[in-house]
Amino acid sequence: MDAFTVHIGTALPLRRSNVDTDQIIPAVYLKRITRTGFEDGLFAAWRNDPEFVLNRPEFDGVTVLVAGPDFGTGSSREHAVWALQDYGFKAVISSRFGDIFRANAGQAGLLAVTVDGDVVNRLWQLVEDNPAVEIVVDLPKSHVRCGDLVADFDIDDYTRWRLLEGLDDIDITLDREAYISTYEENRPSFKPATRLF
Amino acid sequence: MSSNLLRTMSEKVWDEHVARAVPGEPDLLYIDLHLVHEVTSPQAFEGLRAAGRTVRRPDLTLATEDHNVPTVDADGPIADPVSRAQVQALRDNCAEFGVPLYSLGDVEQGIVHVVGPQLGLTQPGMTVVCGDSHTSTHGAFGALAFGIGTSEVEHVLATQTLPQARPKTMAVTVEGALPDDVTAKDLVLALIAEVGTAAGQGYVVEYRGAAIEALSMEGRMTICNMSIEWGAKAGLVAPDETTFAYLRGRPHAPAGADWDAAVGHWRALATDVGAVFDREVRIDASTLSPFVTWGTNPGHGVPLSAYVPTAESFPEGPARQGAERALTYMGLSAGTPMREIAVDTVFVGSCTNGRMEDLRAAAAVIGGHRVSSAVRMLVVPGSTRVRLQAEAEGLDKVFTSAGAEWRGAGCSMCLGMNPDQLAPGERSASTSNRNFEGRQGEGGRTHLVSPVVAAATAITGRLSSPADLPPVATGA
Repeated sequence: MDAFTVHIGTALPLRRSNVDTDQIIPAVYLKRITRTGFEDGLFAAWRNDPEFVLNRPEFDGVTVLVAGPDFGTGSSREHAVWALQDYGFKAVISSRFGDIFRANAGQAGLLAVTVDGDVVNRLWQLVEDNPAVEIVVDLPKSHVRCGDLVADFDIDDYTRWRLLEGLDDIDITLDREAYISTYEENRPSFKPATRLF
Repeated sequence: MSSNLLRTMSEKVWDEHVARAVPGEPDLLYIDLHLVHEVTSPQAFEGLRAAGRTVRRPDLTLATEDHNVPTVDADGPIADPVSRAQVQALRDNCAEFGVPLYSLGDVEQGIVHVVGPQLGLTQPGMTVVCGDSHTSTHGAFGALAFGIGTSEVEHVLATQTLPQARPKTMAVTVEGALPDDVTAKDLVLALIAEVGTAAGQGYVVEYRGAAIEALSMEGRMTICNMSIEWGAKAGLVAPDETTFAYLRGRPHAPAGADWDAAVGHWRALATDVGAVFDREVRIDASTLSPFVTWGTNPGHGVPLSAYVPTAESFPEGPARQGAERALTYMGLSAGTPMREIAVDTVFVGSCTNGRMEDLRAAAAVIGGHRVSSAVRMLVVPGSTRVRLQAEAEGLDKVFTSAGAEWRGAGCSMCLGMNPDQLAPGERSASTSNRNFEGRQGEGGRTHLVSPVVAAATAITGRLSSPADLPPVATGA
């Protein structure tokens, strides 16, 4: 995973709440077995509408998504994160995320930034007034900036550290293999195995 | 952590699985059972291969084919080449990494959350994960079970553990008794409508109280299944005699001395008297009635006897805007009685309501009636075992002679990943778990219902409960 420090880019104002992962990428787009190429499925149903915000030319090249509350609820499909990344997004800003989506984002290196709903409203306004305005997502300082607006965001220390360092979770855990082996030695015998002997 | 203090059940299960705990870091949680399917695993296996890693515990890992598989002609090759390639990737990956797999055509194949419990693999006090948000289903047994993404699937394959931050605890206490024709599905839809789709975020929920204790394992699975629909990380029910009776004798359940040791352990998992939850919610089951959804998230629910709500009845802001969008998407006018809404399709199935009890309940309502000529009814068993048992009981004939389609096992129209989909503008009554826009097919409109409401709706062509049906002529 690439390290995430400071990202500066233009933003897409998505004035919708409860954007579940079926909206981010419908199930019919989940059949690919590769890790890339999911941008076609991003918001697929909504993109049929020429007026949908992502289809408007002033938002070409956006890299920051600003969305309403409860973004990424529903299915655990990490493809939702990949579709956003494949399209070019580096960060998503919302007042609340589905837990699994946020965890997936942290795993894949897409920064999920939680701010107050009021901050989301102000960012929407700033971006709609001037689509060329840039948003700064600053992970070392844990804040977002846009024009005069500076807003702190919360992110758990562990995820923040991993993103800043670009660390692979599996490498971290495998370094602690001795703990896992010790645990396994003490598991009760009545726990089931998936093969019958 | 707090082992000498009073603890809730989920805290006990958590504490038993901590392989490494360091202040300021997530706990490293050991995973007892990792369930795998074709859609969220290929990139995880590819990651293992690229890094030269193996599956640490294939003996604690089980794969099945469910999400994209067809529910007709299961014996032939899958017609859709992209679906076929994804299923073939699972078969190749399981063979390469030594993971047991139940493929299409195997008697144990089915929806991953139906297969685990029916094999007796899901047991109290376990940690269970799967790359699927409805993994919460397994909490019905008193297991700590939650959905994960593909990166975490790879992590569990490689290490049999997951770094996890300790969640908060919530109790949902359901007192009283459910009235006739009111099911576990109605209860959980009413709960979500009451608390909202985000109320559970960050919590592991314990469902308790007389109404929960009175439920069968199937009913408990329906409730726990939909924990994710109100944002909860997991939902659990304390194991009791109902749980033990369900498990005893199943292929993977402990036997002999192990059974006694296990039951002793399982009994001790119950929340300590006096343990404190971070939040408590109370519901009176006796006040509930059949519940259905009108909108585009599972919190958009009302009693079947009620009306499509106005957007203005929602708080100003995102909730009201969401309701306005939902009314437009669903093609509904505020004030319309729910019972007047006509449907094109009825779907009985899914990990929420695709088990034997669900099929029996739907068949009992359908028996002696005809499916409306305006309705296509699909009955999709949750597993091949469920299909075979239902056929042994003659339920397939009950459905087909009423005019319904009887299918093979899989996720099917719950998520419209295989050919079982709604056409744009089509409306369904569905026993599944999500009424999201396009969930059952682009432009499709979904009303979430219980199996008995689904069956009654198939007969009348409009959202209905069994109480709305004319009596069946005797001798039918």
